[in-house]
Amino acid sequence: MGLMTLDVPEATAGYSHYGVLARFETAKALYRACEAVRDAGYSKWDALTPFPVHGLEKAMGLKPSKLPFLVLATGLSGAGLGFALQSWVHIKAYPLIISGKPLFTWPAFVPVTFELGVLGAALGAVLGMFAFNKLPTYHHPLFRSENFARVTDDGLFIAIEAWDPKYDDQDTAEFLSGLGAVEVEHVPIDDPAEEGDGGAAA
Amino acid sequence: MAHGPRIVRLDQLVIQPGSGWARLPLIAGAVGLVFTVVSIVLATGSKESTKQFFHSWLVAVVFFLCIGLGCLFFVLIHHATKAGWGVVVRRLAENLACTVPVLAVLFIPVVALGMYDLFHWTHADAVAHDRLLQVKEPWLNETGFWIRTVIYFVVWSGLALYFRNTSRRQDESGDEALSHRMARFSPVAVALFAVTLTFAGFDWLMSLEPHWYSTMFGVYFFAGTVVSAFAALTVFTLAFERSGHFRGVVTGEHFHDLGKLLFAFTVFWAYIAFSQFFLIWYANIPEETNWFLSRLDGTDLNPASWRPATLLLAIGHFAVPFFFLMPRTIKRNRTLLLIGAVWMLAIHLWDVFWLVMPNLHREMTFSLLDVTSLLGVGGVFLATAGWLLGRGSLVPSRDPRLVESLAFENI
Repeated sequence: MGLMTLDVPEATAGYSHYGVLARFETAKALYRACEAVRDAGYSKWDALTPFPVHGLEKAMGLKPSKLPFLVLATGLSGAGLGFALQSWVHIKAYPLIISGKPLFTWPAFVPVTFELGVLGAALGAVLGMFAFNKLPTYHHPLFRSENFARVTDDGLFIAIEAWDPKYDDQDTAEFLSGLGAVEVEHVPIDDPAEEGDGGAAA
Repeated sequence: MAHGPRIVRLDQLVIQPGSGWARLPLIAGAVGLVFTVVSIVLATGSKESTKQFFHSWLVAVVFFLCIGLGCLFFVLIHHATKAGWGVVVRRLAENLACTVPVLAVLFIPVVALGMYDLFHWTHADAVAHDRLLQVKEPWLNETGFWIRTVIYFVVWSGLALYFRNTSRRQDESGDEALSHRMARFSPVAVALFAVTLTFAGFDWLMSLEPHWYSTMFGVYFFAGTVVSAFAALTVFTLAFERSGHFRGVVTGEHFHDLGKLLFAFTVFWAYIAFSQFFLIWYANIPEETNWFLSRLDGTDLNPASWRPATLLLAIGHFAVPFFFLMPRTIKRNRTLLLIGAVWMLAIHLWDVFWLVMPNLHREMTFSLLDVTSLLGVGGVFLATAGWLLGRGSLVPSRDPRLVESLAFENI
């Protein structure tokens, strides 16, 4: 899943850790654990897997993405802009009679309107996906965990952040162990004093 | 894995005697027979009503043929792509495709009797004074028309029966090799289907106005065909789910995909329909524009009474369903998807009506024969479909990809 909810607040002072990271052995165990974390009422957490696990968004209780509405809006804007531009060019800027047709020949505008609609929707989809996923993100506190490298290989993780209202250093870690996590660790938070190192892990 | 185990009883996949589905062939057959007789009685009223009957009957048969042929296309493309998701609805399509031979029986005698009333190019005296029709005579002559029509029906019926029978053989043997054989043959079948469908559109619909031609017409006919087939498949699937046959078999995921395909081909239809109009409108060549003039602008001789019909088609076949079928939530909501599918069936009927009727009436005219023909052909179509569906499992029960289809989830 993306880093949708993993969001480091501006003021990290007062938190001893970034949060708890738990590794699960199988997709099934992860799925069950996600259901339990969702039902326990956590809100600032995410599941991280090397491959898509079908239905995980339901187990996590994620709301449907807002992206389609953005794509619709940018698509319609592109189409509207394309149509308006052509109308302006043909009626106002360069009023030329072409093959005996009236100045405002809307059927002739349709191909460009359609293409700009597609362009608007495509740009909205790609850029919106980047924006909603907070990409590009060059560094993340989770990268401090040695274990976490396995998320690109065979590791299935749940991360719960320290600023979740239900979070407790001890209880949350025990809760995740109880759900069948094979490894549970506390991830250190980025030290603002380290900035300037390019965020390299110590 | 979001769901617990789904339990599908084997006997739910077969239509049980005494159920509503089991009575369908008899009821629909009776309705079809009664209204066919009513249509014929009405047709013999006057010379005008005979002419009306041939046109109304052509609309009705082509409309239901489109459903059958679109379903055949779904089966072919399903095998050609070795698709997994749609196995649970493939048997429905296989059965609906096998209505084509029965529709051939409804098509051939009526069109044979109505050749002179339907097709201007059969008038020898008109051809004698018409340079364009003389040039087209090597194609537009009655012998050629009937040879081709028979070829179309033989190819379609052969393909439909082959794929249904092979799939049903697999129900018994569970032989995986049959799947491979169908997958190997299907690309050839797709090519045969494409050529025959294109020329059938040229012969039966485009040649109603023999001066007119559009190289895109075959694709236009195909687009409407596939739209109506996915709409019909959706309606049938929903009905079988409601009657309990598809409970636990078909999920919201399958409806989502049927909805996506319905949406996609609605957009495809609009793309083709507009492209056809656009090129003819821009080039402005008399023998091409006449077809649209009689449907759109009107002339002194031709009042613009078909204009609202054309606008209804543009709005009802594209603008409204484009936005209605777009959201994911609508495709996953059974009631709303049903509304969308029924609407697309109705508007596709309007499309066929709009293709055929301006040939007969300069002003938009409706006739009782339009309704009786539709009920006559529709009754026979449903009776055939019901009879076919009652003869075996409603899903390909031993298809190697059935498990994949049952567990299918959209990402």
